[in-house]
Amino acid sequence: MSWDWQVFCEDTITREVGERCFGQGGDITYLDWLLSAWGWTVSVSVLALALALVVGAVVGTLRTLPNRPVVVGLGNAWVELFRNIPLLVQIFLWYHVVPALFPALKGVPGFVLVVIALGLFTSARIAEQVKSGIQALPRGQRYAGMALGLTTAQTYRYVLLPMALRIVIPPLTSETMNIFKNSSVAFAVSVAELTMFAMQAQEETGRGIEVYLAVTGLYIVSAFAINRVMAFIEKRSRVPGFIVAGGTGGH
Amino acid sequence: MKKSLFACAVLGLAATAAIAQANDTLAKIKSSGSVTLGVRESSGLSYTLGGGKFVGFHTEMGERILADVQKQLGLSKLDVKYQPVTSQNRIPLVQNGTVDLECGSTTNNTARQRDVAFAITTYVEEVRIAVKANSGINSIRDLVGKTVATTTGTTSVQTLRKHERANGVDFKEIYGKDHADSFLLLESGRADAFVMDGSILAANIAKSKAPADFKVVGEVLSVEPIACMLRKDDPAFKKAVDDSIKRQIADGSLAKLYDKWFMQPIPPANVNLKMPLSDTTKAAWANPNDKPMEEYAVK
Repeated sequence: MSWDWQVFCEDTITREVGERCFGQGGDITYLDWLLSAWGWTVSVSVLALALALVVGAVVGTLRTLPNRPVVVGLGNAWVELFRNIPLLVQIFLWYHVVPALFPALKGVPGFVLVVIALGLFTSARIAEQVKSGIQALPRGQRYAGMALGLTTAQTYRYVLLPMALRIVIPPLTSETMNIFKNSSVAFAVSVAELTMFAMQAQEETGRGIEVYLAVTGLYIVSAFAINRVMAFIEKRSRVPGFIVAGGTGGH
Repeated sequence: MKKSLFACAVLGLAATAAIAQANDTLAKIKSSGSVTLGVRESSGLSYTLGGGKFVGFHTEMGERILADVQKQLGLSKLDVKYQPVTSQNRIPLVQNGTVDLECGSTTNNTARQRDVAFAITTYVEEVRIAVKANSGINSIRDLVGKTVATTTGTTSVQTLRKHERANGVDFKEIYGKDHADSFLLLESGRADAFVMDGSILAANIAKSKAPADFKVVGEVLSVEPIACMLRKDDPAFKKAVDDSIKRQIADGSLAKLYDKWFMQPIPPANVNLKMPLSDTTKAAWANPNDKPMEEYAVK
């Protein structure tokens, strides 16, 4: 079993090894391509994450509103819709079916459709977590807010959400890491990201093991980086003695 | 005493491993009475009808090759196992012994010759362009600034890339995950053209809902010799396969087989691909060779 890591320094057209591993004068080596594909993966993941966090937090909060059964029902329907359909099927629906139903969307690039599909899929999971975080708080918190004369919106803004969001940071970290891993399905709709690079480069160079090891390494690095970002956020937002996050449990 | 016994055992194992390296497919077939034929699931030359049945020009040719091998080895019975392969795994499966002979749509090129060996070329693929008939596109020059679809994991991706570089043209590329997906991109209008081997274009157009809406246009972008793939460093098996193919060419059975699969209605939809024998394929049969793709490009 022989290793050939030089394959990354080969030019993608002539398959010759250049003296520097980055292409010069318009030539592209496999290393350039790998990094460009990584850039696409990170772009898709980060944009989808932003969409998912905003939409998920809103929907999750709406699902806990008192005295608004219609809104709660709509929130539940949203979550059930996006949770019950597999991600790959959702991506195909957005890419092939929705533009056929709404011709206005035909001109939208595949990248945007994938971000929407991935973002909404993850928003359902984030909504579920935010709802659990809010429901984990003692009832007294909401009543105390009402007793102080705060409106519902103010209760959420100043009392409930600050605590609930701190509680759900650990599962949210899992979701952010999941988005990076799930972005690999974007290859099916022609986004030039890491998985597509792996399949194509493996076919062209025949060095499947080196290519897949490099791609796996980059996925690990990306997922771990976002994990550390979330850990940093958690540490900076911690209120001492408030909710013992990451400690031995209990209040 | 124990140490030297252990050393002998290790040496013995290493020796047998070394012997196993020297491939001898004929011996393996003779001793096991079975052979594994690699086939494709949805290629122009080899596809499945469902239920484990594999058919196609190259599949049937492969079966006839194995029948000749059976005669050569003097076996009364030969169990032919069909192993579907994909563009991703066909070379590893041949290398590691799972597949003995792969007759699908594998291009013979120098990069792959480092890992596997090829039989003599039996089909020469010409990469062409499929477009909607009313699009007004007639050659690759008309594609500047348009969207071109091709399939991930195929040699056509490289062909397009080389062409862009050589001629300084620029078009947008989108990749389907398989040939059916790429054709869907053309059908739905996401792509203006689908660049792929001529036989795959013909097969997909013939199977589509409205074949008259599409046509195959443009110059030949790349000439690729397609051949059966087998393990490297196995001259005896390669000779057996090559001899069988030469026999099929000489007694006309290969030409009849081509006719059956390209000029007459074929399953499952009983559509006729209407692809007459191209000059390059005729030339390849007239002068049996296993030259790689790079040597065809010079012509």
